[in-house]
This record gives sequence, structure tokens and C-alpha cells, in this order.
Amino acid sequence: MSIPEIAFDAVIIGGGGAGLRASLQLAGAGRKVAVLSKVFPTRSHTVAAQGGINAALGNMEDDDWRWHMYDTFMGSDSMADQDAIEYMCKNAPQTVYELEHMGLPFSRLENGRIYQRAFGGQTRDFGKGGIAHRTCAAADRTGHAMLHTLYQQNIKAKANIFSEWYAVDLVKSRNGGIAGVIAINMETGETVYLNAKATILATGGAGRIYESTTNAFTNTGDGPGMAMRAGLPLQDMEMWQFHPTGIAGVGVLITEGVRGEGGYLLNKDGERYMERYSPQLKDLDCRDFVSRSSMMEMREGRGLGPKSDHVLLKLDHLGEEIINTRLPGIRELAKTFAGVDPLRDPIPVVPTCHYMMGGIPTNYHGQAITVDNDGKDKIVDGLYAIGECACVSVHGANRLGANSLLDIVVFGRASGIHVGERLVEGLDMPVASRDDIDAAQVRLNRWNTTTDGESVEVIRAEMRKVMQEDFGVFRDGESMAPGLKKLEALQERLQHAALKDKSEVFNFARFEALELDNLMEIALSTARQANHRTESRGAHSRFDCPDRDDSKWLKHIAIFADGRMADRAVNMKPNEVEPLQVKEREH
Amino acid sequence: MTEAQARKLKVSVYRYNPDKDNKPYMQSYDVDTQLVNGQMLLDVLHVIRVDDPTLGFRQSCREGVCGSDGMNINGKNGLACVTKIVDLPNKITIRPLPGLPVVRDLIVDMSQFYRQYEKAEPYLQNDQPAPAKERLQSPEERAKLDGLYECILCACCSTSCPSFWWNPDKFLGPAALLQAERFLIDSRDNATEERLTALDDAYKVFRCRSIMNCVDVCPKGLNPTKAIAAIREKLIQEGT
Repeated sequence: MSIPEIAFDAVIIGGGGAGLRASLQLAGAGRKVAVLSKVFPTRSHTVAAQGGINAALGNMEDDDWRWHMYDTFMGSDSMADQDAIEYMCKNAPQTVYELEHMGLPFSRLENGRIYQRAFGGQTRDFGKGGIAHRTCAAADRTGHAMLHTLYQQNIKAKANIFSEWYAVDLVKSRNGGIAGVIAINMETGETVYLNAKATILATGGAGRIYESTTNAFTNTGDGPGMAMRAGLPLQDMEMWQFHPTGIAGVGVLITEGVRGEGGYLLNKDGERYMERYSPQLKDLDCRDFVSRSSMMEMREGRGLGPKSDHVLLKLDHLGEEIINTRLPGIRELAKTFAGVDPLRDPIPVVPTCHYMMGGIPTNYHGQAITVDNDGKDKIVDGLYAIGECACVSVHGANRLGANSLLDIVVFGRASGIHVGERLVEGLDMPVASRDDIDAAQVRLNRWNTTTDGESVEVIRAEMRKVMQEDFGVFRDGESMAPGLKKLEALQERLQHAALKDKSEVFNFARFEALELDNLMEIALSTARQANHRTESRGAHSRFDCPDRDDSKWLKHIAIFADGRMADRAVNMKPNEVEPLQVKEREH
Repeated sequence: MTEAQARKLKVSVYRYNPDKDNKPYMQSYDVDTQLVNGQMLLDVLHVIRVDDPTLGFRQSCREGVCGSDGMNINGKNGLACVTKIVDLPNKITIRPLPGLPVVRDLIVDMSQFYRQYEKAEPYLQNDQPAPAKERLQSPEERAKLDGLYECILCACCSTSCPSFWWNPDKFLGPAALLQAERFLIDSRDNATEERLTALDDAYKVFRCRSIMNCVDVCPKGLNPTKAIAAIREKLIQEGT
């Protein structure tokens, strides 16, 4: 069946910070761009980011992007690509100044410059100079301020926003690259083929594979799911960040900025336990380390509650003025979701799934990379990936707080610049055959035509339970192997699940089914790679293999939909500075 | 966290699916709060959707910051994700946000609301070349943006405003005017005169009758009426 086709210079899938920044770069240059977003753009999950964005502006004390680069590499447990973190940290100040010029309402210092707070893992002078204040903040609503600013600039640039359009699958081109995407207008149910010289995936995270997550309902890994079904790999999917401070029982995020401003964690004895685990950085150690420390406290019975299932985040000592001016959103969330006013009482918190370090492998222009049969990197024609759905890799095995807002704008911008340059050079419109266009609709047609089968809801709940139980902060080969088996069985069941409601107008049941296909690809890749990596590094921590083993595992690992894996070297060759040495982290 | 006492809720929800319904109707659901995993009205809607996946409503962040799930709850606009079950009676009536066309169930067509937002030119305008670093702004100047920039565009305010119901195409409405003031008052924006000229007609601002429904319903505790008064004052000063 033939469906309508529309052609663009670039189609960007995702209207969060990364997608809107890329769009701005291209629309500002007069290119014909479409931004597809399954929610109105300001509802994208960038809006929920709180603490800030890292850039070595040096507004609080001397700073240097090389120190930021060093911290990022150390935080990554040596697994971030050095050419990519060099690019990100070096371009961070310029990117932040651009956001300020666009109108982002940063908090300010007395001298009128942007306010910067302390954040986890940020140091001065290559780890030797104590804690750095590098995180540019708009109170504790930095993501909201950024996303609205970028959307507003897109209005000004008259970008084409396809709001409430859902991307289903990538369409392959005749030359083996990507020619565009099949998408559904959610309001009408109409299916359209968007043909583009460049397709940019900016679909964000996939935290909804877990039962408890800070992520929005919409964080379902649509981009990585589409990439996998197009025969492309993901990378480092075992690396999931658990944020130390999600509100217990709810999962809502409480920013690391609370600890940056001087708050700290307590166990049931009222002990500030991070002083014991991390004498130097204490509560501002990296997230993987703080989360493990909290889990140890709870496992050893020093958590709170009858099940020792949470710890406390104390901030009342910061005083009313600091809390109301720098952490007003946190106070609101704590009151609403935990029933406590942090002016007086600590917030019950627990490590909660927060961020996917893995994703679609790319270079630092955002170009998607696959691995050919000889094990060599190969750029995928016509496809880019940016932000959380991508793995550049600037986060390696553990992301530093406030590096994700940076990641999305730096690489959103970089991909826009790169696509723009290639368009100037003269990029041909990729051509897809009828069969290729049909192939990208097979999955949608399957959901539309299957009449009898299990419900999506049941399978999704079971998947999330397996992930929560077997692939959490601490992992163990003994539970991960059966966990993977359970997921494989669930994936098989999902192939036969059915939709009851087949209506066309805003049929969210249909979109949730399509999303579950993506979540399942992500969950399976995570489980396979977590079983495969028999060491502990960054966020991947195994009881049965507690040590880091650089001789065998200092590498990225790509994975395809059928489970096939391929090693990729970690880039140790920055373009300007001397390579950073691989070493053990200090606490 | 204390477990709320078990309650039997009677939830009456506005239903309309253009694929099959000639006209809208109210559908009633019984919900036992013991089955609800969470403390908010949104969690109640999830329980309903397990049995009836056809019920349509928007949602995303579930923490009151994305602005997706604005709806009319027992006669008052609010976000389902931050409306606590304990604060609601056992009989709950949920309708779509009033005054906008209903597309399906609780999903309204927000294009009119967004068009008014765009008319406020909600982006920084400054015709001076940007400096190499940030534009300077004192903490006092920055503080003027507090209470304005936090808007989440949920439309609870504009769709509770009678002036917006009568003139949704001419009156900008509280949400858009809040943004108009956010840029008028930003020390980095120098298009004040042009902005005021664009706002200066009988409708865009002056249709506000200070009914203050907007203030009453804003889930972020913002005060659009105050912002509108500030714009009015500037317009009157400009005119004299």
C-alpha cells in the first residue's frame, strides 16, 4: 500500500534538548528541517533536568576545560572516548554562552555572571585541587529553562515542528544507508514516509525498562529500537546510571545540586556515611559510587524503614534562603511526593534508574557507526544520533552529573553543523525502494492486524520487574543468567501480543505497544551485555566479578539485535591535548 | 510514607472517540484505592486504563513539570500527576480542559493556545551584537524573571479564563501574557517598545477582567494576573 511521502533536508526525531538544538542549527541556516516529536516539544524529558550544565567558565574560581575533560574521563572509569570528551569539554563554554544569548535565565552572581555550583566528580587541577564549581544553573530548573529557551528559538527560526508525531521505523536506502523514517500523525492515525538527506535520532533515554525510574513515561528508547531493527548496533548497554537520590517509593528525581549546595546523605543512625566511603569527595563522589554506598548501607541494615529500604537526604541546615532561591523546585517536589518540607525534615531517597550511558555508537559529529563483517567501524550513510540515545561515548561506564545537558546541546549543535556542511557540499536525496518502505511498516502492520493475543500491559510489567530485580545497582552472574532467559521468553510472547483498540485518533494503546517493542530491544541488549562483561566497571558492578580488568575489558562492545557482539576500541587519541592516562579512580 | 486508607472511588470520565462515538458521554469507573500504585489522580487513571486501554489522556513526566496532563477535576483545572487522591472526595468527575475542542476523551486540541503563545513573541530579542561571553545580569534583574519563566504551558490557566473562552483568538490569555511579561522585564531584551506596540489593542491584554481563575488553578503557583497588571501599567504609561 502506498503512503504519502514528504522530503526534507533533515528529519530530526525527538523534540528534546538535543533535537531542538540540532534543528536550530539547521533551520537557522535556512535548511528544510522537520522535527518529529511524540509529545509537544516542551513536554520532552529534558524539561525534568534540574541541577545544571557543566562548562569550565571559571566564574567562581579558575577553571580549565582540560580539568573538566580529566574529570569526565575519570568518572567514566576510563571508558569514555577521549576525542569525544575533548570536543565536548572544549566546546562547553561557547555552547553555554550561546544558550545565555538565546535567553536562558541562568542564576547569577553579584558580578552579573552565570552562577555555577559544585556537582559530583568535578575537581580542579586534574583531581588535585579539590571540588570545582563548574555547573551552570538556573535555580534547580535548568532543564526546563533550557528546553523552553530552545523551543522558543525554534519558533523564532520558524522550524517545522511535527508535534505529536510518532516515528515507527527507519527506512533503508538503496545504498545500504538510511533514507528516512515511517511516522504516524498521532492525532489522525495517518502514516507517512519522511524522506531525508539526513535522519537524526534524538529520542532520549529508555529508563522505562525498569520498575523504578526518574524517567518520564515517554522514555522508551524509540531511536535505539529503530536502529536495531534496521540492522544497526547499540553499544555499552550494560551501563545504566542509578541516581543516588530518587524519592523513595516514587522515583521522582532530587537533583545532585542539593549535595552540591551542601546537603548530605544520612543512614538510620544519623551518620553521614559518605565520609566513610569517600573521605575526599564525600557526598560529591561520582553517582555510581554514591549509589553503591547507599545500597551497602541498606543491605547491612542501616537504611530506614522496616525493610531498610531507603536513606535520608538532609538539607535543612542550608537555610531557608538558599533552599528557596537555589532549590525551590526540590522543595516543591519533596512536599508533593514525599510529604516532607526540606526546610525542616530530610527527604527519603533511594538509588533510582536514571540514565542510559549506552546507545547508538557515533563519532563526535553525531554520525551513526556500525561494525562491518571484518570488525571495522563503518559510518552509516544518512543517519545521525545525538543525546541520550547515542553513545559518542562521552560518559563511558558512568556519567558525571550535569554532563548530560551538556552532551545534548554540544552534540545537537555538532550534528547540525556537520549536516549543514554536508548539505553545502551537495548531499543527494537517498532513494528507497518500494520494498524498503514496506519493510519499515511490517511491525506496525503486525500490531494493526493481530486480533488475538496477550496484552501489552502484562508483558511490560513483567519485563520491568526482571530488570529491576536482576539488573540493578548490584548484579550477579547467578541471577543475571536466568534474568536473560526470562527476557527472551518475554520477547517471544511480545511477538504474539495483540491490541484491542485499533482506532486511529490518539490511540495511545497502539503507541505503547510500539514503544514496548523498543523497550524490549533495550532490555535484552542490557541483559546480554551485562552477562557478557565479566568485570566491574563504572555503573556495572558484579558481586561475582568485583574488580575492574583493563587487560580484557577496557573496550566498548557493540551488540546487534540477534545478540551478536563486536568489540570497539576506546579512543585514546584526543586531537589537541596529551592523552589521559588510564588509572584507577580515587575516592 | 503512610498508606492511605482504602477507599472506593467512583470516577466519572468524559469519553469521546471520534472513530465511533456520535457524541460525548460520561463513563463511570469504580476504583479501589488499594489497587492504586501511587498517591496521585494520574495513578488512578492508570488503574482504569488497565481494564480499559481505550481511555485517552496525555502524560509524560508524572512530576508536574512537563505540563501534559492538565484536565478538569471536579470542576477545577489541574494536573492529574500532582493532584493527590487524599485531597479528592470519593466521587471524582474528570473532564477535558474547558474551552478547547476535544479530540478524544481527555485530549484537547491545543493549537489555539499555542498560537496565542507564539503571538507573545516568547523569545529574547536583542539587536546588539552578543558579547564573547555571557550578557551580564545582576541577581536583582534576574530575580524579576522568577514567577514568570517557570510556566509549563499546561494551559490550566487560559482554559479556566472566561475572557479566553469568549475571545480565544483575540485575547492572548494568561499563559501567553505571562511570557510576554517574562520578556518585557528581562534586562537582556531590548525590544520593549515593539513588544508593547504589538500588545496594544482592545483585546490582547485588556480583555483580562481580573477574575483570577488563572491564579487559582496554576499548578506551579504562578500569578498571571499580576503579570497582566504589570503589562497594562506599561501600556498605559506608554500611551500617556
